[in-house]
Amino acid sequence: MSFRKLATLAGVVFFGSLGDVCLKHGMAEFPDITLANWPVLFHAIFAPKVALGIALLIGFFACYLSALSFADLTYVLPATSVGYIGMAFLARYFLHEQISIWRWLGILLITLGVGFVAGGPSLTDSREAAERVPETAGVDA
Amino acid sequence: MKHLYTWVGVLCVVASSVAGDVLISHAMKRVGDVGHVFRDHGFVAVARRMIANGRLWLGVFFMALSFFSLMMTLSWADVSLVAPAAASITFLGNAVAARFFLHERVDRRRWMAVLCVACGVVLIAK
Repeated sequence: MSFRKLATLAGVVFFGSLGDVCLKHGMAEFPDITLANWPVLFHAIFAPKVALGIALLIGFFACYLSALSFADLTYVLPATSVGYIGMAFLARYFLHEQISIWRWLGILLITLGVGFVAGGPSLTDSREAAERVPETAGVDA
Repeated sequence: MKHLYTWVGVLCVVASSVAGDVLISHAMKRVGDVGHVFRDHGFVAVARRMIANGRLWLGVFFMALSFFSLMMTLSWADVSLVAPAAASITFLGNAVAARFFLHERVDRRRWMAVLCVACGVVLIAK
C-alpha cells in the first residue's frame, strides 16, 4: 500500500478519535436532550468544543471518503479501529486513567483484528464480485 | 424508560450508520480512486463526480441522521455504554451489508477481523 493510502487511513484514525473526544466534552455541558427539547441540539452545534469536534469530524469524513474510493468498506473499518487503541493509551499516559486487564485484552483483540485485514487485499476484484453475483452485475452501470 | 430510550437510540445510530456507510462506499467506488482522479483530471473533476452522485448525498443524509442520533443518545446515556455498543454492532452490520449489497469478498480473514474488533471494542469499554 502506498504512502498516500496509508496517510489517508491514518487521517481517518487521527481526526475521528480527536473529533469524538471534543464532541463528548462539548455535549457534557448540555442537559439531557429528549424529544421534548430536541432544538437544544442546534444550540449545541455552536458551542466551541462541539464546533471544534464537528470541524475535526469534517476532516475525518474527507479522509474516510477518500479511503472508501480505493478500499473495501470491510477493509477500511477494521483498519481504522486503531483509533480505539490510541485513545486507550492517551487515557493511560495523559489522563492517568487505570487500564484494567479487560481493556488490555480489548486492545489485544483490536490489534489482532487490524492484523487480519492488513495482511489481505484492500479491494475486492470487481470481476470476481461480478462472477459471484451474476444476477446483480451491471444493474447500476 | 431511560433504558429503552438508550437501546432505541443505539439501534437508530447503528441502522442509519450502516445505511450511510454502504451508500457512501458504493458511491465512492463509482467516483473512482480520488487520488488518481485528482492527479489525472484535477479537483474540479473530483468535485463534479461527487456532487453528481445521488447515492453519496443519500449516504451523507443517513450519516447526519446517525450523528444526531448519537448526540441525542449520548446526552441521556453513558458514553462507555453507547459508543462501544453502537460501534461493535455497526461493525457486524457493515460486514453483513457489505457482503450482500456491495458484493465485497468478506472472507474468513475479514470476518475474524470484524469479530475481533467488535469484541475488542466491547472489552475496551469495561
